[in-house]
Amino acid sequence: MEFAELIKTPRADNVVLHQPLSQALEGTLCLTGHHLIFSSRRRDNAEELWLLHSNIDSIEKRFVGSLGTIIIKCKDLRIIQLDIPGMEECLNIANSIEALSTLDSVTLMYPFFYRPMFEIVEDGWRSFLPEQEFGPLSLMTTEWRLSYVNKEFSVCPSYPPVVVVPESVNDEELRKVAMFRQGGRFPVLSYYHTKNKMVIMRSSQPLTGTNGKRCREDEKLINATLRHGTRGYIIDTRSLNIAQQARAKGGGFEQEVHYPLWRRIHKCIERFNILQESLIKLVEACNDQSHNMDRWLSKLEASNWLTHVKETLTTACLVAQCIDREATSVLVHGTEGTDSTLQVTSLAQIILDPRCRTIRGFESLVTREWLQAGHPFQQRCAQSAYSNSKQKWEAPVFLLFLDCVWQILRQFPCSFEFNEQFLIMLFEHAYASQFGTFLGNNENERSKLKLPQKTMSLWSWVNSPEELKKFLNPLFEANSLVIWPSVAPQSLLLWEGVFLRWNRPSKHLEEAQKETIRIINVNKELQVKVNALRRQLAELETN
Amino acid sequence: QVEQVKLLDRFSMSNKSVTGTLYLTATHLLFIDSSQRETWILHHHIAVVEKLPLTTSGCPLVIQCKNFRVVHFVIPRERDCHDIYNSLLQLSRTAKYEELYAFSYNPKQKETERVKGWELIDLSEEYTRMGVPNANWQLSDANRDYKICETYPRELYVPGTASKPIIVGSSKFRSKGRFPVLSYYHKNKEAAICRCSQPLSGFSARCLEDEHMLQAISKANPLNRYMYVMDTRPKLNAIANRAAGKGYENEDNYSNIRFQFVGIENIHVMRSSLQKLLEVCGTKDLSVNDFLSGLESSGWLRHIKAVLDAAVFLVKAIAVESASVLVHCSDGWDRTSQVCSLGALLLDSYYRTIKGFMVLIEKDWISFGHKFSDRCCQLDGDPKEISPVFTQFLESVWNLTEQFPQAFEYNEAFLLQIHEHVHSCQFGNFLGNCQKEREELKVKEKTYSLWPFLLNEQKKYRNPLYNPDFSPELTLLEPNTASFNFKFWRNMYHQFDRSMHPRQSVLNLIMNMNEQNKQLEEDIKELEAKIKQRNGQLDAVPVKECPRSAPPALKTPPCFKKQQPLIPVNDAVRTIEGSNTADNRYSEFVEEFSKAEPAVVSLEYGVARMTC
Repeated sequence: MEFAELIKTPRADNVVLHQPLSQALEGTLCLTGHHLIFSSRRRDNAEELWLLHSNIDSIEKRFVGSLGTIIIKCKDLRIIQLDIPGMEECLNIANSIEALSTLDSVTLMYPFFYRPMFEIVEDGWRSFLPEQEFGPLSLMTTEWRLSYVNKEFSVCPSYPPVVVVPESVNDEELRKVAMFRQGGRFPVLSYYHTKNKMVIMRSSQPLTGTNGKRCREDEKLINATLRHGTRGYIIDTRSLNIAQQARAKGGGFEQEVHYPLWRRIHKCIERFNILQESLIKLVEACNDQSHNMDRWLSKLEASNWLTHVKETLTTACLVAQCIDREATSVLVHGTEGTDSTLQVTSLAQIILDPRCRTIRGFESLVTREWLQAGHPFQQRCAQSAYSNSKQKWEAPVFLLFLDCVWQILRQFPCSFEFNEQFLIMLFEHAYASQFGTFLGNNENERSKLKLPQKTMSLWSWVNSPEELKKFLNPLFEANSLVIWPSVAPQSLLLWEGVFLRWNRPSKHLEEAQKETIRIINVNKELQVKVNALRRQLAELETN
Repeated sequence: QVEQVKLLDRFSMSNKSVTGTLYLTATHLLFIDSSQRETWILHHHIAVVEKLPLTTSGCPLVIQCKNFRVVHFVIPRERDCHDIYNSLLQLSRTAKYEELYAFSYNPKQKETERVKGWELIDLSEEYTRMGVPNANWQLSDANRDYKICETYPRELYVPGTASKPIIVGSSKFRSKGRFPVLSYYHKNKEAAICRCSQPLSGFSARCLEDEHMLQAISKANPLNRYMYVMDTRPKLNAIANRAAGKGYENEDNYSNIRFQFVGIENIHVMRSSLQKLLEVCGTKDLSVNDFLSGLESSGWLRHIKAVLDAAVFLVKAIAVESASVLVHCSDGWDRTSQVCSLGALLLDSYYRTIKGFMVLIEKDWISFGHKFSDRCCQLDGDPKEISPVFTQFLESVWNLTEQFPQAFEYNEAFLLQIHEHVHSCQFGNFLGNCQKEREELKVKEKTYSLWPFLLNEQKKYRNPLYNPDFSPELTLLEPNTASFNFKFWRNMYHQFDRSMHPRQSVLNLIMNMNEQNKQLEEDIKELEAKIKQRNGQLDAVPVKECPRSAPPALKTPPCFKKQQPLIPVNDAVRTIEGSNTADNRYSEFVEEFSKAEPAVVSLEYGVARMTC
């Protein structure tokens, strides 16, 4: 298919662009296969807007006489308006945008066409290979091994080819366990707590069904992770009710009789359309500046978004607490083990592991616990808050995770190497990107699409020195402690950097941020200078 | 003194506590726990003491403070509890001003220092700074002996054309005699903020002198003929007042006025709103939705927004239209003080400095007779007079500091400290209800002023990001008052609930760095001087021994690092407070669960417990 077929009017003049928080601009609009480009005619202050079609969530068109208006709502929550003279042009452009922003085929997406303009220092596709990540662990313990049982993606289509499992369980047994877990997602290692050797494992629900089927290999596998005489916790991210209902559909949960060494705790983390609805309501509330106080607060409440933040964080804290304070190992799962499970295991690691609070560590975490672990990004992030199509599998699971990370970052502003911009950047790229990282739903699909060969990795770009600078937190000072966030409602905040980003001017806040950075830099320079002078003086004195 | 007293964690689900000893002194209640941590509570800060029903572990005593600290003691013996309860009731309810802490507080300062402290803020200097008196505005001596209005200060500024008979006549037509006077004069716009109380207009009464007074105010503004009259009350309240012979200005009787209601609720609504807010905040195991709906139904943020909206309206009239504004409410000492002072703060960057903010409070709150004693319940009085009007003012300012992080010289700690002392009765500034009362109490002779103490420790209150000439447009602040800009002020209402706050404070860190930078700059000067001196000496010695000829190994002796450690960044700031699960609410769950762990659990039973 040629993109040109979809573009009947590639260019329109005298178009007026209305963007949030800035004045209307007049200029020329161009459509290409992947971008909507607007450039203002004013010489003195030429402004350009490049918008990826894949960033467009929905469009509306209106006509007043022959002046057409297109309202474009983006996945990054921005809303822009284009006034286009000429009814035909406007209609053509609107139709093209609609078609180009909803292409079915992944291989037509921009990442397959994007040619990087920056110097590639490292290939992000090879930055976090499982073998490398396993390296440090293998030096500490022999209790865990790499298994290639899923090499052909035949045991579990949504797992990566390489997973970490207990040494004492062989591949044959793993195959059997996979049969007992939904989608073949048998329990694998998610995190190893060096301090006390406790582990977080994750899986999908066991397929016990109504008659309480059991699987001895499954029991053996998860018991293999327990130290002699200790017990473990199973954190089920569903309410007991939902878990019980799942039995009717062949699913279920680990029963005490068969798992006597494990205590099960049910927590309720919402998924799918409940989360999606929540995001839609929140964004709606944030976009209306005219709300009076009562209406704003009741809309914020009705969105339930902060409740989801609290529930997710609380569950992650519970897991972290089991590991660090109770010194017990934990198995986390919900139904498929691809959504709330991953939120919980990855947040627990941020709380427990200082490495995850560095930029590379966080990239590695996202790669391991989200991309390789098979969070279906393509399904979940197909649409954002303005979507009209109510697809069951769309849900801002990853955004909710990022929001939780931001909450912890707010409470421990010096303990993270990255800043808020880094999280916002990840949110944007998960929904629309020139990079291939978030394409596909799992490693299996990614390898079929040959993404590593045909597209650029987001990490290659982020880790280039020029870009990396933008995401550094100037206050960072490595902190080896476990960081326990407060989950009291009074401590949780609306993530303004995402949800109010286009609704309130941030000039003063940005300038204050610049001043903060300036003070820190001056401090560093002065310290260096003082030390150099002291050294010089000491030299003089020793001589 | 009572031993074996338990201090409960206010938010703990399992009634976690620390044990210690409780002491009562003449001025404070003191609790020292087993790890020698001290909790001091000033008796004047105590708002409510409550004995709860006896429990197995003892007799619970809950103390709520005016600075929003809530402590929950459990005292083993009921008799002790009863004694403490009665003592606290007595100690926290003072009958006479002379018994307040300020009259016994002794910071061991010389008398001259104390007197000088009271001279720190001079309001006539402030009016000079504003540019009055001038051709259009004069200092009136009408109230020199408090004869016209007891609750106003002695020195008042009025339009040049307002003669004494007009002043007297107008004051008779205004509630409590509080006739229109100058609160703030805007030099560039030649426009004024004036304040007064409601007119005694009833349904039809009018007063020519009062009409002349308003005309004099509009004539004192050469740039704009009309003036705004802002009635800060909701329209219905103002109408209801007419039945009592009070009310609002009839636009037909006054020439060139534009009348406007702005709808800030009265002190009673504000009091119960705060009460509701505190109830919500104090709930154990609060859910997000209960918090948000409680915040909504308390109406607290709605009221804060209303106050700030009114100030923004006032500022627009002056800055955009160069029109003068007359502000009043009922008596003109609550809402009027809020709106006038916030308006001035938005217009004039001086009030955003530490000293300027003190001046602003002295002017619009203290001198114009905001009833601090009644509103903060300094003496045992009418509980219906208590109202968090000043707290709302501070909260509005805090909201502005959040929107304009570089526009204020002071930080949040400054606002909190002022709030603390408005209620502490430790300094003379806020005692009583008006200047006349303070003079009768001889506060300037017998007590200390708060301001020199704050100035003295101003390092703590400086905003490290403050930029006085940040940009000229910042002289005028134009805040965005869309609802989502107003946030719950956690550091005020949960000031003493440490587990709720960020564990690392960027503000403190930057403050320390700023201080450290100054120190480093001095170190550099000193070191450079020393090196220069050394070099001078070295030049005198033979070239052979010059350090350049030294072997490279000597250049960095191994012991060097130990002798000259890098300057440590203040660790106290970076240390993570309460990096301890016990501080957080989710911890309780597992604690309880792991305690009750029967060897064999039937599925249903176990599950029910686990999901509780």
